[in-house]
Amino acid sequence: MNIQSIKGLVQPDRVHRAVYTDPTLFELEMARVFGRAWLILGHESQVRSPGDFFTTRMGREPVIVTRHTDGSVRVLVNRCAHRGARVCETAAGTTAEFVCAYHGWTYGTDGRLARLPLPDGYARPAGESIGGGLARVPRVEAYRGFLFASLAEHGPPLAEFLGPLRTSFDDFVERAPDGEVEVAGGVFKHAYQGNWKLVLENHNDTVHPAFVHASSIWAARQEPAAAEGAYSEIGVRQMLQNGAPWEVWENTGLWVAGYGHSWMADYHDDSRLVAALAHPAFAEYRAALEQRLGPEGAARVLGELRWNSIAYPNCSFMSQFRQLRVVHPIAVDRTVVYAYSFRLRGAPERMFRDTIAFSNVVNGTASPVLTDDLEVYERTQQGLGARGSDWVFLGRGQGRDLPDREGTRRGRSGTSEVHIRNQFAAWLEYMTAES
Amino acid sequence: MRAADDVELRSEIEQFLYHEAWLLDQGRLDEWLGLFTDDATYWIPLQANQADPLTTSSIVYDDRRLLEVRVRQLRHPRAHARIPAPRTVHQVGNVSVVDAAESGDVRVGSTLVLVEYRRERQRVWGALVEHRLRRSTEGLRIAAKRVDLVNSEAELDGIVCLF
Repeated sequence: MNIQSIKGLVQPDRVHRAVYTDPTLFELEMARVFGRAWLILGHESQVRSPGDFFTTRMGREPVIVTRHTDGSVRVLVNRCAHRGARVCETAAGTTAEFVCAYHGWTYGTDGRLARLPLPDGYARPAGESIGGGLARVPRVEAYRGFLFASLAEHGPPLAEFLGPLRTSFDDFVERAPDGEVEVAGGVFKHAYQGNWKLVLENHNDTVHPAFVHASSIWAARQEPAAAEGAYSEIGVRQMLQNGAPWEVWENTGLWVAGYGHSWMADYHDDSRLVAALAHPAFAEYRAALEQRLGPEGAARVLGELRWNSIAYPNCSFMSQFRQLRVVHPIAVDRTVVYAYSFRLRGAPERMFRDTIAFSNVVNGTASPVLTDDLEVYERTQQGLGARGSDWVFLGRGQGRDLPDREGTRRGRSGTSEVHIRNQFAAWLEYMTAES
Repeated sequence: MRAADDVELRSEIEQFLYHEAWLLDQGRLDEWLGLFTDDATYWIPLQANQADPLTTSSIVYDDRRLLEVRVRQLRHPRAHARIPAPRTVHQVGNVSVVDAAESGDVRVGSTLVLVEYRRERQRVWGALVEHRLRRSTEGLRIAAKRVDLVNSEAELDGIVCLF
């Protein structure tokens, strides 16, 4: 597919359905979008000490993220340099080396070939012939503890790529009384038969909750108030909040930035969700935060109300509620999302209990909320297979976006589809860039 | 104390579990919900051998209130993921009384093979199940139910059936 025909797929207020359904375009996306962009891998707390590692994907590329003995984080392609077998089968752990199951080729935590059987059987040292060891992902950087890597040798530095979206990661970390967060509480892995873009388009879509989540909103509305401190409260409140009146969504802030990023703010606060502002655990949390930041600093942090932030093309996170989702495209019509929870270090354990309760309702594979999102992604994918109409209309709020600080724009209303148009603008840049 | 090998008790418990499975397969979910005590928990752990529902996420961890929301949701005309409701067969086996005391709850282990059909797709689930049953004036009631899916840690499509 040539550049001109790709350009024809994205118009100011619509995109051609092929961007969701065409396997050829999907292959190009893996090379040009996922092969070029900074992709989130996880968090430094997953590889705290030398030898710690976890496995994940960058697009479809299987990788091992390791903490090498020199303290640096390395990202290695999970494929033996000998005959191609995956060398690491474990989701996470601690090791001194990776040993291939097939012929015992053994690699250090920096990917360097440490030894192999029968080394004298080669005309020249085998390590030289295979480039030294496991292929290394060329660029690895962290921002405030969040680990990113890029499969491309060249490109903008991470800080430039994230741009003003950095403030959402700042918010994530600043909320911790000790100034540090850590991955904890397990990982949901939910999948759907649909294109990877659908989930990223949905997370800043403020018109969908009233319709997609109508049944859980309705069911939650019939629940009487729970006893103080009830485990269920944060989940029920989240379901209720999805049914907020239109003026709430219209007045929600929706910002977009370069490279396809976006975030929603001024939406939830802890009082709407957990009724916990007066709870002793929350008072203890606030006091701990004040100890580090002072009363004004703590008030500033707690006054920052962010909902979903999206680091295009593979990350969606909720700084305020300590959730981070990594999007793994599997095929043009198959996507897996890994959802992680984080603990605020230095906060009372009750805060983390609410994070877990929230994650079960928002990201749980059997959640009364998420399951309806997944159902709609699948129906969308099926509908987009129809030939009756080729165009997907994304015109809500178009022509009304407002310029804002640091080169961002915002929707005049929080119900704008500006975030989707912005994602496709970035998509087109990646897909049509020469190298 | 009643012994764990009490034949009469085991028969009563088996009949109870079969009845519970029948209610689920018939879609009689209000009656199913009625089997749970007011302080019941319904738990599908995310991790194998998960020790705790409060510091690790769960595929489901419902108190009675969330379980009522879950069951009520099905009745809404726009319960997109749940209409049509999946058709199911809950096959309960290997029932064993783990721990029984005359005055206290009875812990019961069983296995579950569940075949689920919805929208041109059939899924098969396998699980180790533990019930904590409590005797009430209306008969046995479920004080806690834990369902350990053998594939709980897998990459899973959305789950809407009840186990």
